[in-house]
Amino acid sequence: MDFGPYLILASLEGAVAASVLALTAVGLSLVFGVMRVVNVAHGEFFMLGAVLAWFVASSIGGHPALGFVAALLVAPVLVGGLAAAVDMTVLKRVAYDPERTIVATIGILYIIQQVTLMTYGPDARPVTPPFNTRLAIPWFEFADGRVQMYWPWGLSTTSYKLFVIAAAAIMLLAVWLMMTRSKIGLVMRATQLDSEMAQAFGIPVERVYAMVFGIGCGLAALGAVLIVPIQQAHYLMGTDPLLLSFIVVIIGGLGSLPGTVIAALLIGMSDGIISVFYTPTLAKILSTLLVAFVLVFRPQGLFGTRERE
Amino acid sequence: MSDLRKTLGLHVGLLLVLLALNWLLPAYHHGNLARIMVLASYAIGYNVLFGYTGLLSLGHAMFFAAGMYGMGLTVRHLGWSPAPAVLAGVGAGLVLSLVVGFLALRTTGVAFMIVTLMFAQAVFLTVLYFGEYTRGDEGFVIQQVDRILLGIDLTDPNNRYLAALLVFAICLLATFWLVRHRFGKTIIAIRENEDRTRMLGYDVFRHKLGAVVISGSISALAGATYGLLFGYAGATFASVQYSIFPLLWVLLGGAGTILGPFVGTLFMFYLIDLSSEITTAYMLIAGVTLVLLTLFAPQGLMGEVRARLFRWLP
Repeated sequence: MDFGPYLILASLEGAVAASVLALTAVGLSLVFGVMRVVNVAHGEFFMLGAVLAWFVASSIGGHPALGFVAALLVAPVLVGGLAAAVDMTVLKRVAYDPERTIVATIGILYIIQQVTLMTYGPDARPVTPPFNTRLAIPWFEFADGRVQMYWPWGLSTTSYKLFVIAAAAIMLLAVWLMMTRSKIGLVMRATQLDSEMAQAFGIPVERVYAMVFGIGCGLAALGAVLIVPIQQAHYLMGTDPLLLSFIVVIIGGLGSLPGTVIAALLIGMSDGIISVFYTPTLAKILSTLLVAFVLVFRPQGLFGTRERE
Repeated sequence: MSDLRKTLGLHVGLLLVLLALNWLLPAYHHGNLARIMVLASYAIGYNVLFGYTGLLSLGHAMFFAAGMYGMGLTVRHLGWSPAPAVLAGVGAGLVLSLVVGFLALRTTGVAFMIVTLMFAQAVFLTVLYFGEYTRGDEGFVIQQVDRILLGIDLTDPNNRYLAALLVFAICLLATFWLVRHRFGKTIIAIRENEDRTRMLGYDVFRHKLGAVVISGSISALAGATYGLLFGYAGATFASVQYSIFPLLWVLLGGAGTILGPFVGTLFMFYLIDLSSEITTAYMLIAGVTLVLLTLFAPQGLMGEVRARLFRWLP
């Protein structure tokens, strides 16, 4: 294959990764933005979404699309509910102290991961995509003095991958509309700006926190349900999304949704493209170091506008 | 009896009991305790930074791994003997902690935790990247012939136990000495109130950097010792899990106490050991313990003992 078609292929793979990453990272960013806590267990809620999707899809017979749609509806809601319960039983009790929350969510990370290992087992299991037509992509070349169109061998994508990109875009738009246009979004933004003042004005801050935590983790689960027909469900699959979401959220500016989406596209695309051409390990080393240096040298701009001490 | 004599008696007493146990314990627990003492040394190193300086690092595995690979790689590829190899390991940890400390200490709070996590992740990936030398996840064995220190064969369980005890005693007594003297008291002051310490004229950054370097070097010593005594170096020891373990041990035992790291490591080791007979998901115990500790006993075991029984415990 020529370089051109190869690049197109890599960008398509990158776009799929980027759209799932954007959903996951927006969830993490929402939680940090409103609650000012870092959820280290975010990747495990992602994994839980994928595993639940497998449970739901495999327990419903009939056409694969039926199971997938059920998983798409059920898994994020279940994960969101669980996350809200975790918020009320654990995070509320440590009073959202930033450092103690991190330690507690590390504990939750291991609890979710290991309980999954005990129940679901160590195997990776696939979910059948609802539709999976192979779509060949044409490419152009100059020959005999005119442009010719042809279909290079191997340059193709599937209808499902395009669906993932579209679904993620719609969900991101929905989150943005919720935050900027709805009553719930207004309440969330009020809590984000000044939680004590919001409380004084009668906003049930604790319930808002539980809801934000639930929505944030539910978004991660949704991303996982979308990716699970491409990448199998496994109990250790939460680590990479967690680190990548951290990177995205820090680069994009914590708590800023548009910044997060742009950074997710940037990181997801370049990660996809780089790992097609180079070894992924070197790319990961460079990106983790980049995050560390951004935090060291530009912490004020990237941890939002206000630092809570 | 003065507090100093009581505390000295307690710590020297513990070391003597551990020495006596060398001839009393059955083989299985004898081996376990040797391991626990080395890991407790690692926890002691972590405690200098977390317990006494109040800085929560999520990346100490990089220092442990620096010690382990500094020792292991010089033995494996350069053919060094154990004594200089261990020194090379500690040196690697010292240099790494100096660089990481210098950069990471520009941040505070949550950002410090994430920066250390990211640096540790970069070190872990670097170990994998140079798989040609480190053999990555698989790791490499340090041969018996390379583990003879000054004519003492460290593969012999008896010698191994005593070597582990020696390293543990050095770390324990060093931190005991440290927190009773000027530097130690200053870092405790920083933990209690950083602004006030700065206003009193102390150079806060240099004291924190000192604490990171001491903590990193002790962790590296523990890493080098672990590799030498148990004859194996692998990338697992650089993974996030090994950054979480010392946090868990110190939180369980009691942050900011001298004996806490040892007590926490002992408890956690046997808790995981017992549960791994029942299930492969032994990290579940670690997770549950972490959550319960943050919720109900942020002081840890020795912290509770100090608060309720012995006020004089250092």
